[in-house]
Amino acid sequence: MFGKLSWSAIPVSEPIPLITSIVLILVIVGVLGLVTVKGWWPYLWREWITSVDHKRIGIMYCLLGVVMLIRGFADAVMMRTQQAAAIGDAHGYLPPEHYNQIFSAHGTIMIFFAAMPLVIGFMNFVTPLQLGVRDVAFPTLNSVSFWLTASGALLVNISLFIGEFARTGWLPYPPLSQTTYSPGVGVDYYLWAIQISGVGTLMTGINFVTTVLKMRCPGMSYLRMPMFCWTTLAASLLIVAVFPILTATLAMLSLDRYFGWHYFTNTAGGNPMMFMNLIWAWGHPEVYILVLPAFGIFSEVFSTFSGKPLFGYRSMVAATLFICIVAMMTWLHHFFTMGSGPAVNTAFGISTSIIAVGTGVKIYNWIFTMYGGRVRFSVPMLWSLGFIFTFVIGGMTGVLLAVPPADFLVHNSMFLVAHFHNVIIGGVVFGLFAGLDYWFPKAFGFRLHEGWGKAAFWFTFFGFWITFMPLYILGLQGMTRRLQHINIEEWRPMLLLSVLGVAVIAAGVVCQVVMLVVSILKRDQLRDVTGDPWDGRSLEWATPSPAPFFNFAVMPNVEGEEAYWGIKLRAIDTQQLSPEPKYEPIEMPVRSPVGFYTAFFATVTGFALVWHIWWLAGLGLAAAFAGFVVFAWRDVHEYHVPVEEVARVDRARRAAREAVLARLAQQATPS
Amino acid sequence: MSDLGLPASAEALRRIREDPHRLGHRAHGPQEPIQGAGHGVTGPAQKRIIVAYGFWIFLLSDIVMFACFFAAFAVQRGATAGGPGPQDVVEVPRVALQTAALLLSSYTCGLSFAATNARNKLWTQVFLLATGLLGLAFVAMEVQEFVSLASCGITPQRSGFLTAFFGLVGLHGLHVTVGGLWLLTMMAQLQVKGFRREIMHRLLCFNLFWHALDIVWIGIFTIVYLMGTVP
Repeated sequence: MFGKLSWSAIPVSEPIPLITSIVLILVIVGVLGLVTVKGWWPYLWREWITSVDHKRIGIMYCLLGVVMLIRGFADAVMMRTQQAAAIGDAHGYLPPEHYNQIFSAHGTIMIFFAAMPLVIGFMNFVTPLQLGVRDVAFPTLNSVSFWLTASGALLVNISLFIGEFARTGWLPYPPLSQTTYSPGVGVDYYLWAIQISGVGTLMTGINFVTTVLKMRCPGMSYLRMPMFCWTTLAASLLIVAVFPILTATLAMLSLDRYFGWHYFTNTAGGNPMMFMNLIWAWGHPEVYILVLPAFGIFSEVFSTFSGKPLFGYRSMVAATLFICIVAMMTWLHHFFTMGSGPAVNTAFGISTSIIAVGTGVKIYNWIFTMYGGRVRFSVPMLWSLGFIFTFVIGGMTGVLLAVPPADFLVHNSMFLVAHFHNVIIGGVVFGLFAGLDYWFPKAFGFRLHEGWGKAAFWFTFFGFWITFMPLYILGLQGMTRRLQHINIEEWRPMLLLSVLGVAVIAAGVVCQVVMLVVSILKRDQLRDVTGDPWDGRSLEWATPSPAPFFNFAVMPNVEGEEAYWGIKLRAIDTQQLSPEPKYEPIEMPVRSPVGFYTAFFATVTGFALVWHIWWLAGLGLAAAFAGFVVFAWRDVHEYHVPVEEVARVDRARRAAREAVLARLAQQATPS
Repeated sequence: MSDLGLPASAEALRRIREDPHRLGHRAHGPQEPIQGAGHGVTGPAQKRIIVAYGFWIFLLSDIVMFACFFAAFAVQRGATAGGPGPQDVVEVPRVALQTAALLLSSYTCGLSFAATNARNKLWTQVFLLATGLLGLAFVAMEVQEFVSLASCGITPQRSGFLTAFFGLVGLHGLHVTVGGLWLLTMMAQLQVKGFRREIMHRLLCFNLFWHALDIVWIGIFTIVYLMGTVP
């Protein structure tokens, strides 16, 4: 009846997962109870859960990403402290099978359920606003994408309480991940969680390629698009090109595990090396899917806070697309040591070094954007400057690893661990924090507290260096990654230093939380009344804060690069706004529960497949098909926003801008 | 001018000129922007173009997925583990029939869309039904092939080669089956709702999907079956 599922799946004998799960369940029950008592369900259901507004979906993606970021950070704390506590005769507090689950969960959660949702959240929130349009190409599909990602995240977290997670690392290399060596449900949890969220990501990619290429406001030609839109396009193209590879590879591994097929077995003609090639043909472009939108955020921030157009805009576009293409030609550098031979290794070593050229172009462009500008050191700018220092070091250790003979020495060592954290934290995470601070007022109507934001930056920045520099040294001294116990006493000081760094980062995390709370409490002082808090240059700053659900009362007509900057300069020059447009009713997509419905049955089906509850899996698929038919039968797809509502919102926006103009005029004429 | 070219190409040229969007056929360089095609200067494209464009992108991603299974087949073609090889599993007459059924279904699918364009519900339904029946015949023959292979002990559990064979062919069969479910849904919708705008969009997407499956099958037919007969 319940397949492999029984009461023994609940880890009553392991205190750490048990206590964590009980606390988590209590928190979830508490939140749900609060929502019920306060009667917020109708509002949540109407305005968020069934929303197809790209801004709402973007915010929900970011919320999911931030929550999972904290979960992944908790895993990281456990790994660092375990290694520092298990040297020589000591054995730490995590048994090997639990430790292995933690490093697997840490990587899986950080990449798939923290970084990806945050990156996609920004793509969702920002891109349509910057393109001057009212929504993405497929709004309902967008909601389905989000809920499928949330479904995958839910499955990973269910594994904490019911059963176990994979012990194979964040990429389940066969033959270790085959049933012979991993008979439990851990790898199955991994497979179905990633399959479900991967489908969601693929649909996001399709949605955003179509949005950027086919949905831009009048006059927004390709070379007038803000840099972030270009990076969204490049990342989405990569998603469309490589996420099907992930789906195919994990499907093959599932066939091996569930039906005893021989794609990746090491018997009967199976080929484990094929898994390495396929998974990294997805995995390497994946890191560029994460980092390219972060590069887009940095481009916006450097330009805005230097008060200058982005230096070398066209070379930036070229570098982005260059990286987009070359990203798919470097995958083999993840396994130089697995016997591909000198010729192949050399070719991939060269392609890996070449891709650094594109990034180098970008770094110089950002530096030259600041040169001669009036630089303001606000929080987003601090993250961006911290990024340049950190990312350049990470990039250089990457070029070192790209040389095959050198890679043979430090491959799979702590040096590698330090390198990829150096680029992912320094590149992606810093970029996401910069973006959170930069676009927060556009989402919620008030800025984040500056002092706490700066404190968070400095703690995180120095904490990062204190944590990971010792790991570089340990790697060069020969310490391999994923050790549950360390035999060599001499490594103790560096491991302890690394734990100290984690404590400093934790202080940064606390500052971020305090920043959020303080900002909410002081929201009236921090209110952004103009809609343009940073003196921005692209179209999202032409809307009020928070942006109305229809984004633009009248679709903007773009007449040059830096669309909003041009409009703003003209208004300041002529001391008046452009004449009030003729308002018309706006057609907007209706909300839809189909995303939530799909994700519910995706979770049920995934859980059933993990535990071999076949009837439930069949039921879930049948319900999914029924949902598809019911959705297809929908007759009303759009509704009209009345012209009075449009005019009311836009006149308020114009009044705020006129007040700013009047203030500027007052300053210009000394009394 | 026109008498220099072949009649067919002159006809094709005329159609391209008459297509208001001339998607994929526009000359490069500065020219009049085309309203509603989403080329940047005139604002967002029409819904029909957005839907079809997005669906094309989906099809490309689907073909990438097939490419992985083709790659696995190429890698594992020789990995028979002492078991049956390509020549032992290929039965050309059945595959010829299967191919005929699927190609013919593509033709009837195209006819259904011609009827859709003429807003003729009866003929659209007739040709959609023909497409579905031919697809069903294709899947039935494939199931029969798999069952008869299994009865000789030729199963994916036997070797890497058979895994790759059943995986690639089965994935295509699964696509045809899901396409059949979609087809049934579309027929019901068309019957109930008639030629509404979104129904037209979906029929267009279904056509694209069905033809794409045909193209993938031609790859399977060539690489798995025809090349399988050559030792």
